[in-house]
Order: sequence, then C-alpha cells, then structure tokens
Amino acid sequence: MKLESKSPEGPLAEKWTKHKFNLKLVNPANKRKYEIIVVGTGLAGASAAASLGELGYNVKAFCFQDSPRRAHSIAAQGGINAAKNYQNDGDSIYRLFYDTIKGGDYRAREANVHRLAEVSVNIIDQCVAQGVPFAREYGGLLANRSFGGAQVSRTFYARGQTGQQLLLGAYSALNRQIANGKVKMYNRTEMLDVVVVDGKARGIVTRDLITGKIEAHSAHAVLLCTGGYGNVFYLSTNAKGSNVTAAWRAHKKGALFANPCFTQIHPTCIPVSGDHQSKLTLMSESLRNDGRVWVPKVAVKGLKAKDARSIAEADRDYFLERKYPSFGNLVPRDVASRNGKMMCDEGRGVGATGLAVFLDFADAIKRDGRDVISAKYGNLFDMYKQITGDDPYEMPMMIFPAVHYTMGGLWVDYNLMTSVPGLYALGEANFSDHGANRLGASALMQGLADGYFVIPYTIGDYLAGIGWNDKVSTDHPVFKETIEAVNSRVQKLLSIKGKKTVDEFHRELGLTLWEYCGMSRNDAGLRIAKKKIQELRTEFWQNVDVVGSANELNMELEKAGRVADFLELGELMVDDALDRKESCGCHFREESQTTDGEALRIDNDYAYSSAWEYKGENQPEELHKEELKFENVKLTQRSYK
Amino acid sequence: MKITLKVWRQKSKDAKGEFKTYQHDHVSSDMSFLEMMDVLNTQLIKKGEEPIHFDHDCREGICGMCSMYINGQPHGPLQTTTCQLHMRTFKDGETITVEPWRAQAFPVIKDLVVDRSAFDRIQQAGGYVSVNTGGVPDANVIPIPKKIADEAFDAAACIGCGACVAACKNASAMLFVSAKVSQFALLPQGHAERKERVEKMVEQMDSEGFGSCTNTRACEAECPKAISVANIARMNREYFSAMVSSYEVKVGGGE
Ligand SMILES: Cc1cc2nc3c(=O)[nH]c(=O)nc-3n(C[C@H](O)[C@H](O)[C@H](O)COP(=O)(O)OP(=O)(O)OC[C@H]3O[C@@H](n4cnc5c(N)ncnc54)[C@H](O)[C@@H]3O)c2cc1C
Ligand code: SF4
Ligand code: FES
Repeated sequence: MKLESKSPEGPLAEKWTKHKFNLKLVNPANKRKYEIIVVGTGLAGASAAASLGELGYNVKAFCFQDSPRRAHSIAAQGGINAAKNYQNDGDSIYRLFYDTIKGGDYRAREANVHRLAEVSVNIIDQCVAQGVPFAREYGGLLANRSFGGAQVSRTFYARGQTGQQLLLGAYSALNRQIANGKVKMYNRTEMLDVVVVDGKARGIVTRDLITGKIEAHSAHAVLLCTGGYGNVFYLSTNAKGSNVTAAWRAHKKGALFANPCFTQIHPTCIPVSGDHQSKLTLMSESLRNDGRVWVPKVAVKGLKAKDARSIAEADRDYFLERKYPSFGNLVPRDVASRNGKMMCDEGRGVGATGLAVFLDFADAIKRDGRDVISAKYGNLFDMYKQITGDDPYEMPMMIFPAVHYTMGGLWVDYNLMTSVPGLYALGEANFSDHGANRLGASALMQGLADGYFVIPYTIGDYLAGIGWNDKVSTDHPVFKETIEAVNSRVQKLLSIKGKKTVDEFHRELGLTLWEYCGMSRNDAGLRIAKKKIQELRTEFWQNVDVVGSANELNMELEKAGRVADFLELGELMVDDALDRKESCGCHFREESQTTDGEALRIDNDYAYSSAWEYKGENQPEELHKEELKFENVKLTQRSYK
Repeated sequence: MKITLKVWRQKSKDAKGEFKTYQHDHVSSDMSFLEMMDVLNTQLIKKGEEPIHFDHDCREGICGMCSMYINGQPHGPLQTTTCQLHMRTFKDGETITVEPWRAQAFPVIKDLVVDRSAFDRIQQAGGYVSVNTGGVPDANVIPIPKKIADEAFDAAACIGCGACVAACKNASAMLFVSAKVSQFALLPQGHAERKERVEKMVEQMDSEGFGSCTNTRACEAECPKAISVANIARMNREYFSAMVSSYEVKVGGGE
C-alpha cells in the first residue's frame, strides 16, 4: 500500500485555494441523487451533516446519545482559536500555523495545518451568524484571551462553555436540515461496522440501542466523526460514552490507524478519590497562572490538603519553579504532567492515595487579595469544592494529570479521506492536524474546520468521480455478511457469561496503559504492557459477564463491545510507542532524553507519521510511514529552562 | 455510609414498572450520585441481576443526560445535575427514592431512562437562524451590546435536561422553549425569523403533549443552569406580538 498524502504542490499559502479549484464539482441538480452517511454529530459531524444537507446531498446522521446536542464536544470549556487578529497584537494565519505545527512538535503535515489556520477565521464568522453567544467587550465587539501559553490573544470563548455553545450552533444548523428533510437523524443508534465492497466504503451496519435491531444503511460515502479514544485508559476527562469502536471497525476494514500512541495528558485534573472513580474532571489550565505547584521535600504519607500549612516553607519543593526557572508553573502540559507524576513516583505525592500534588493559591491570595483571585477563578474554586469538599481559598487544591485528548486516529489524506476510498474521518477521530501534541483551543477549531469548510469541498471530488449511479444496495451479499458478523459478535458477548464485569476488564486495561504507555514509556515496560494486554484480551473473551439480552436497551452490552475494541487498540498503541524510539510532544521515551532529563526528538529517524495496517486477527500490524517534509518551518528543540 | 435505595424498575416502555428496594452498604461520601449507582450496579451484575439503566455521559454537568428524580426533586436536593451531586449531601442511613422524569411527553424507555426526543423536535421546528455555511459577514460587523449578549447567554446556557418539565405539576416545557426563543429574540441575528420561530416552536411544544404554564415557578427553582422565568414572560410577549402581526398567523388576522 502506498500512502499518498495528496498535499498540493505550490507555495504554502496558496495550496488550499489551488486545491479547491482543482477539485471536481458535483452538478447542483445531481447532488440530491447522492446519499452520504455521517456517523457522529459532535462538532465535526453536526457541522458536516448540516453543511452537506445545505448543499443538497441526502444525509443520514447517527449518534449514540439521545440527542445530537449531547455529544462529548459539549464539555469543552476553554475556547477556540482563530487567526482573526482582532486584538492587533501581531497574530496572522501564518503565526497560528507556526504555533500549531511547533506545538505539535513537528509531527504534523504543513499543508493541513496551514489550511486549518486559514479557515479558522471563517469558523468564527459562521458561528456568530448562527447566534453563538461568544464573549464580548463593552463596545459590543468580540472578546479574546490568550490561552495555553500563546503569545497572542486569539482565543474566542463563551464563558466556560465554549464547546456547548459551538455545539448548540452546529446542532441548530443540523436541526434546520432535519426539518428540511435533507438530513435524517438516527439517535440512540450505534454504528458497529463499515461495509466495504470492492475496496470502497458503501455503508454501515448499526444497532438500534433501544430495540437492539441490527440494520444496514448504504450510501455513496461514509464520514466517521466519532471522536477520540482517550477512554481506552478507562479514566479520562472524556464523556463516559466516548469510544473507539467506529474508528476501530473501520481500521479492521482497511483504514490505516495513525500515531495511536499520541495521547495528551492534561496536568490539572481533580485526582482519583477511590476505586469507585468513574471519570476525571478537568480544572482549567489557567489556574497555573497564579497557583504554585509543590510537594513536600521529604515524603509525608497521606498528607491531607487541610494539613498542608503544617509543612514549613523550607520543607516544600516547588519542583516546576526549581527545574524550569524561566517558565516555572507555566511549562507546557506534557512537561507539567510528567514532572507531577515523577514526584508521585518518588513517593512524595500527597493525599490519601499519594497520587496528587498541591496547587497552592495562598501566595496569590496574600499578594492580590481574595477578591481578585475569586474574580479570576471563583467558578473553578466552587466546582472544586463541590466535587472534593475542600475549599481552595483555605487550603491548596490537589491535582493530578489525566488523559484528555488523542492526537492519533484514522489516517487521512489532505481530503480527509482514509485509506479506504469513500470513507472519511473528521474531528478528533482523525489524526490530521495536531502532530504529537495538541495546543489548547485547537480541537474545537479543527472539528469545525473539517465539518464546515473542508469536507463540503473535498467530498464532491470523490462523488463526481464515481458518479451517482455507482451505489451498492443493502441487498448485496457483503451487507448481509456484515450484518451476520455483527450479530454473531453480539451473541458471542452475551453467551460467555463469565465472572468479571466489563468495567473490571476496562479498568485493568486502563491501569496497564497508564502505567506503561502513559506519561513516560520505555522499551521494557512497553513489552510488559503488550503481554498483559494480550492476556487480558484472551481472558475477556472467556470470562466477561454481560447480563441482559440483545433485543432491548442493554448498556452492559454496549460497553462490552466498546471495551473489546479498546483491548485491541491498546496493543496497537503499545506497538506504536515501541516503534517510536524518540521523545516528541506527549510521547516521552525514557531512552531518548537530554542529559538534564528533557525530551529529545530525533528528526533524522522519526520525522514521519506512523500509519498501521490491520493484517488479520492476532497478526502483527504492518507499519507504513508517511514522511513529513518541512518546507516552511525550521525544526527546533523545545526548551523551558 | 449505608443507604437504602428505592428505585423505579421498568423493563421497557410498555412494561409495568415498580419500586425495588436495595440495601447499599458500600457508599463513600466522596462518590458522586452516579458513582454510587455504578457500584450498586456492579453488585447487581455480580448477583446475575440486570443493572439499573440510567442516562449519563459527560458527568460534568453539561450534557444534560443524567435525568433522575431523587427524593421528589429532579436531580435531587441541590440545584445541580445528578452527576454533580455527591453522596456527602445525604445522611448515613438515609432512604433515597429514585424515579425517572415523569411527564406524558417523556415516556419511560427503561428504568430511569426516558425519551426526550420531543425537545429535539421543538428545536427542529424553529430553534435556529437560517444561515447556510459560508457567505456570512465578518463576525465583528454587528456589534452587540455586552448587556444584551450577556442576557442572551444566560438563556443559551440551557442544557436541555428536562428538569423543568419534571419539576412542573403540569409538565410544562415553557422554560426550555423560552430559553431558545429568548436567545434569538435578544440577538440581532435572530430577528429576521423572530415571529415564525416563536409560533412554530410553541405549536410544536403544544403538539408534543406538554402541559400549560400556571406560573408556579417550580421550573426555575429546579433548573441546574438557573434559567430565569423572565424568559417565559419574554416568550409570551414574542408570541402575542407574532400573533397579531405575522403573515403566518392562524388567528387574529394578518398584514
Ligand atoms: C473536558 C474537556 C475540555 C475540552 N476543552 C477544549 C477546549 O477548550 N478547546 C478545544 O479546542 N478543545 C477542547 N477539548 C477537546 C474537544 O472538546 C474535542 O476534541 C472535540 O470536541 C471532539 O469533537 P468531535 O466532533 O470530533 O467528537 P465528539 O464531540 O466526541 O463527538 C463524537 C460523536 O460521535 C458519536 N459516535 C461515536 N461513536 C459512535 C458509533 N459507533 N456510532 C454512532 N455514533 C457514534 C457520538 O454520539 C458523538 O455524536 C476538550 C475536551 C475535554 C474532554
Ligand atoms: S431550562 Fe433548565 S431545567 Fe429546563 S431543560 Fe434547560 S437547563 Fe434543564
Ligand atoms: S452526565 Fe452530563 S450533565 Fe450529568
């Protein structure tokens, strides 16, 4: 298989414009003769489905929640980047491009990232026109803030609910097309397989989550907008339902999976409080602007936040300030996370579990007064108190890193098409724009860029190429076979009747990945993880207990199918981490560090995106490398000392 | 902590439901209400019983899925979502009753899971601004006074959970519908379709079988996002002004 990125030739700033001109168009009168399936209606899927419906295509859209408005995108808080330069502070499309490609530690495609920066400005216009209530200044114009250490204020935001407001905007556009009859919406419906006939994606097989009915849907093209796979770690900041099933099924049908080991771990989350923990809550990154991160110099077992004051100033280790005097507490996410974990590994972590560090506002409150701190962080302090019962005005917060976002995903070319013709991936489900590390406020941007402004152009090229009469009906034997396979898998899961719950398997998988394929990785550990995951997978298929039946709402069955796929993905993540013997972005290989313990990238050997090809049950996957060429930016090592 | 749970169990939409009592002896005060339910469900599975079905997803108080009627209040005693409710709010030894949302327009699907698709259909009837992708003006072309923008935002914060309906003795959806109508009535982007929007959304609301509003304000008291009943007043004004002037009117004559 030859990987063709389809990155257009020519000067960076002209690539997208030229490419759009070169794409084939579908005659307006013919658009209604095409059917397109959109799986997932988060930011990427809702924006795509609405835009394609507006163009005249017939769209079928699917989500597993009870309404498109509840997709995981709803939870994003911080904001969305756009190179509007409304603040006159030196921002530009090129600067947003540059920051994003550098932030990704030079492991993304230049052409994609530049296009993202280009269309970022259209996204804000579109959302405002829909009535998205972004924050405004007193003069009535849009407000911006700087986010995640950026040097310019380019982040648009809607209180702490940016994701919600953007999603409701896309949802409203989607609703309009549903009302127009151009989009048919299937809620509480889960896609369980892609149907590939003669090498082209021709449809999907779904399960109605209420009745259990397994059904086939055919179309000229299929778009997977199914989000990220952070929940492979069991605990993450993702919504509970987020999963890899759609992407993984596509992978097993021939779509390459790229950079699976690139998972972002966010430093400031509320720590685990016990075995009952079901998910982790993000505390805004902005807290590190005023909070000081520390642990005791000498381990104190079970140190509670309310007793933190008993540790004298001289006995505290403000480790980020000590190790990174120029950036201090504001080092990037990956560096902050790794160092926090290191303290805990040394036994100096705090709290009942020892898996937390303090984030202390005492000095800031002394310096600026309680009112100033409350004006900046009041709602976050309240939320923290509601969840933990501790008051951050009186005692330090406890924080710990948590899995947050997955840069890896289905490999796509510049047109967002996977390696299976007619099968596309958008939003967090693809790997396209963030390289080895995603900057804050750029996932919302990418999801909406893909859905509103990229796919409506690029899909036309494919559809015009195949023609509207090139469609396969659901009577085709391959559809029947796929339904059969989905059915028998459901039956298999129900028939095992073992001793362990689905969650028990999921937790074990998560712990293994967290331990060996989390914030830092090494060869020996990864090999242990690989073996453990293989054993766990074998045990799963012999000993999982899925109660209930197939023909009803059965959430255990839903979870079981997802965990079964996570158990396969987990191994591929480990393989990918084993292959990449350099440190880059989120991926810290202990074997590849500088003398003072910082990440060391090896551009000569690893300036590629890895794209894995499925080779059959329990067969090693084959690695394809997409070489990354940098014609516009110079590769530099990051330093925060 | 130890608690006793009385939970509504109903196998499917048409099955007869009943309360079942569960003794739960492994509750930590740090658990969220949903985590407490998770632990109970694990125990049920271990005994070969079906777990209690409930909707949830974000567990951050923003997706609006976690509908549970706890001790006679939607989302329980605090003005939050169920996922943000923690067991430290309850007393050791307490008996807690958990039911699904009760409303004709929200039929039970299973146990605590209800069908809220009526809300989607109301939004489809008019909860949007008719703009296609592309071809829109620059975002800063229309300045919007901060005060107006903030008020629109307060209305836009609705998470579509349905607690307002569950709280209302008439099962009225006025708070939910008025939140969307207000957002677009306040913002200039929404003005072009202001009249048809309110008419169509109200018409859809009525056809879904929600009750009428008798100003008890129970909705506002239980709304986890503090949506104000002032929105209902605004919607009523919008509706009557649409009725007297719109070209889509069915009563009262038109232009
Ligand atoms: C707590 C939190 C805060 C964040 N804050 C920010 C921020 O401030 N700025 C930022 O830029 N990014 C942020 N992010 C990241 C960002 O929110 C996500 O990356 C982005 O929203 C993903 O959008 P999406 O459309 O790709 O997928 P999602 O929103 O995850 O949507 C996935 C969709 O796919 C559907 N689906 C999945 N599988 C199936 C299946 N098998 N069958 C049918 N349907 C399926 C789901 O129902 C859903 O509709 C944050 C993330 C988290 C967790
Ligand atoms: S108005 Fe409040 S209670 Fe009603 S759906 Fe919206 S957020 Fe929920
Ligand atoms: S689970 Fe999302 S609001 Fe409670």
